[in-house]
Amino acid sequence: MIRSTHLPLLVTLLTFVLAYALCAAQYPAMLSTRVVANLLTDNAFLGIVAVGMTFVILSGGIDLSVGSVIAFTGVFLAVVLRDTSIHPLTAFVLVLALTTAFGAAMGAVIHYLEMPPFIVTLAGMFFARGAAYVLSTDSVPIEHEFYDFLQSLYYKAPGGGRFRLIGAVMLLAFVAGGLVLHRTRLGQNVYALGGGVATARLMGVPLARTTVSIYAISGGLAGLAGIVFSLYTSAGYSLATVGVELDAIAAVVIGGTLLSGGYGFVAGTFFGILIMGLIQTYIVFDGTLSSWWTKIVIGALLFAFILLQKGLTWATTSRKRVRTGSATPS
Amino acid sequence: MPDPTRPLLHASGISKFFPGAVALDEVELTLLPGEVHALLGENGAGKSTLIKCLTGAYRRDGGTITLDGAEIDPVSTNESQALGIGTVYQEVNLLPNLTVAENLFLGRQITRGGLLRRRAMIRAAREVLLDYGLDIDPAEPLTSYSVAVQQVVAIARAVEMSGKVLILDEPTASLDREEVQLVFSVIRKLRERGLAVVFITHFLDQVFEISDRATVLRNGRVVGERDLSQVTPNDIVTLMLGRQLEERVHERKGGRAGEVLVEVEALGKRGMIEPFDLTIHQGEVVGLAGLLGSGRTETANLLFGAVQGDQGRLRKRGREIRITRPRDAITQRFALCPEDRKTDGIVGDLSVRDNIILALQARQGWTRPLPRAKVNEIAEHYVRALDIRLASLDMPIRLLSGGNQQKALLARWLATQPELLILDEPTRGIDVGAHAEIIALIERLREEGMALLVASSELEELVAYSTRVVVLRDRRQVGELTGDQITPSNIVAAIAAEEPKEATA
Repeated sequence: MIRSTHLPLLVTLLTFVLAYALCAAQYPAMLSTRVVANLLTDNAFLGIVAVGMTFVILSGGIDLSVGSVIAFTGVFLAVVLRDTSIHPLTAFVLVLALTTAFGAAMGAVIHYLEMPPFIVTLAGMFFARGAAYVLSTDSVPIEHEFYDFLQSLYYKAPGGGRFRLIGAVMLLAFVAGGLVLHRTRLGQNVYALGGGVATARLMGVPLARTTVSIYAISGGLAGLAGIVFSLYTSAGYSLATVGVELDAIAAVVIGGTLLSGGYGFVAGTFFGILIMGLIQTYIVFDGTLSSWWTKIVIGALLFAFILLQKGLTWATTSRKRVRTGSATPS
Repeated sequence: MPDPTRPLLHASGISKFFPGAVALDEVELTLLPGEVHALLGENGAGKSTLIKCLTGAYRRDGGTITLDGAEIDPVSTNESQALGIGTVYQEVNLLPNLTVAENLFLGRQITRGGLLRRRAMIRAAREVLLDYGLDIDPAEPLTSYSVAVQQVVAIARAVEMSGKVLILDEPTASLDREEVQLVFSVIRKLRERGLAVVFITHFLDQVFEISDRATVLRNGRVVGERDLSQVTPNDIVTLMLGRQLEERVHERKGGRAGEVLVEVEALGKRGMIEPFDLTIHQGEVVGLAGLLGSGRTETANLLFGAVQGDQGRLRKRGREIRITRPRDAITQRFALCPEDRKTDGIVGDLSVRDNIILALQARQGWTRPLPRAKVNEIAEHYVRALDIRLASLDMPIRLLSGGNQQKALLARWLATQPELLILDEPTRGIDVGAHAEIIALIERLREEGMALLVASSELEELVAYSTRVVVLRDRRQVGELTGDQITPSNIVAAIAAEEPKEATA
């Protein structure tokens, strides 16, 4: 049975399938495993951070700090690996602990000081970016045999596509995110927060714990995205990934999650990422279009999806008005 | 089944003080198992404060609560819920973005290895809801069902989580008649199960339909506990309003009823007030009487365009007019002093002078500012005429006392020289002296030929100045009293749905 809450997700899925079919009709090469593999690899860091953003937006919040946190993570790793003899794995654990704590701290400020998430994470954005600058203003290359090893891990599919480790990490993040969000109490509490904070409090949802967890998850996933990004670029640069938080928000919204919170699915975000990646790939294939067209198309898509959500909200409320007094489901 | 004579919950000596006010004064409440107990009282009587003290939302300043023989002291709503006291509020307090089953199980989900067992919960939810007479699909979003169904789901959640005492705070306020019956059938089932149900409502007929006993509060005190099979609605209203209903005969002053000023035909708004007709003459004070929630304020707001009606016609001096927003009403020389002057009336930080001049300037439009000298003249005139006591016209109006604020608000509208002045609770929250002055002012305005429509819960006040009283109940006009019929007891009788007696004078 199709429920109205699933409709945005279906529209996203349909958009992706349709767009992919159109691309493939024009350039049959886009069906190759190479394109699919690159789609996953190139968007791995964005996908991971978008999973965290899905949590935040579902709860009715926003996290503007993630782009800066990715950059900070990259610079941190590069500097640590250059200046010390710490093993990259230890550095990974360290940086994940750092970014998770950073997210948790923002969540705590948001909850206990009752500050709007927009402001708190905006401050977090400047803070993390500044911390990255303090570590290094230059692009620091990462040269370590463990990095080479990780980068050499891939599965070569028939057709020449190389499915790399970081693509798998992204898929794992989506699966784990979906499981937590849709199948655990914490996930239910995230939805409860998005449905209405006052009501959630009356229904006994632990607001403090949930809010802190949400931003900790977003911060931790931004850290993971930073690790993936450093594997992807083999460098740490404090000017990297400016505005990635906005790309992540766009992916979440295109994925059918209501920007005001409460409605949406992790799977939708996945297809949101794929749609954005697909547009990029199409422009590469075309070769004559400026890459800025990506932004224009994403802008148009975003607008279309917001209109769709508005329309759905309107349709369900007007239907309810007609149905008042009836005890049968729609 | 527990012993039906031993109280399930007993609260005694409950007191609660707010800065400068006693909200509850040694209140006593006894709930027996298997009873529906109505908690009654006008606004501000202390009903919600009492409920909040029982559920731990407020810390009480004195008194004891025993539940099932054991003394309890809940410090939060979660704790009282765990102890067995569940609450359902007027606004459905469930999450609209979750399914029925998710709402029912939020916070106490069935899990295995940390993962939710959705199917098991949907099955369990279906069974639970069948007990409440709902055969619905719990996997559907909550919002695909009517408000009444949502209310029953909220009740089911509260009972499943608590299961001893259920407090229903105006659960039927936004339901229509059939929906009320659905909720009532659930309440009856719970009564049979031995729960104690506290029922708070402003609808008196619903109280008599469903409740066994009632506790009536007034000004933070219990003024009576009654077995509802022993009393009439009249008794209850008398208790609630607390008037010594002396049959004072007021001299009806002459000079009444000039020509027709405003005629209202079938004006109404669905879910707010049923269509009504009303004719107001010049030099007449029409009183609107009724309990809280009966539609007094709604009538006033509808007439002024503060709320837009969905049907009906208006005529002024025989000419059809359209009022869709307050500005239209102001153009027609209507004026409204709203019930809650703090939020709807005064602009606290502006000076008294600016507050008085506000409506007049608004009617003039911002392109034609009133000259300063004229502003001062008008403000000074009304300050003198209404005897508004202030240090200077420049002081912020929020520094004035309640009575003086109210007079300044009146001055604001009088400055526009209205033909119809609508007053909603003109004497709420002001001291006795100012009270008398405002009543005298209403008399004087009427004698000068202005038409007034006054909504008030103060019966004696209505009797004092009204030339005609329209009685409202359950958002409908149910009666009209004129001349010598206007006595407090007749108004009470009309509110309580009994035939008006002939005046004994």
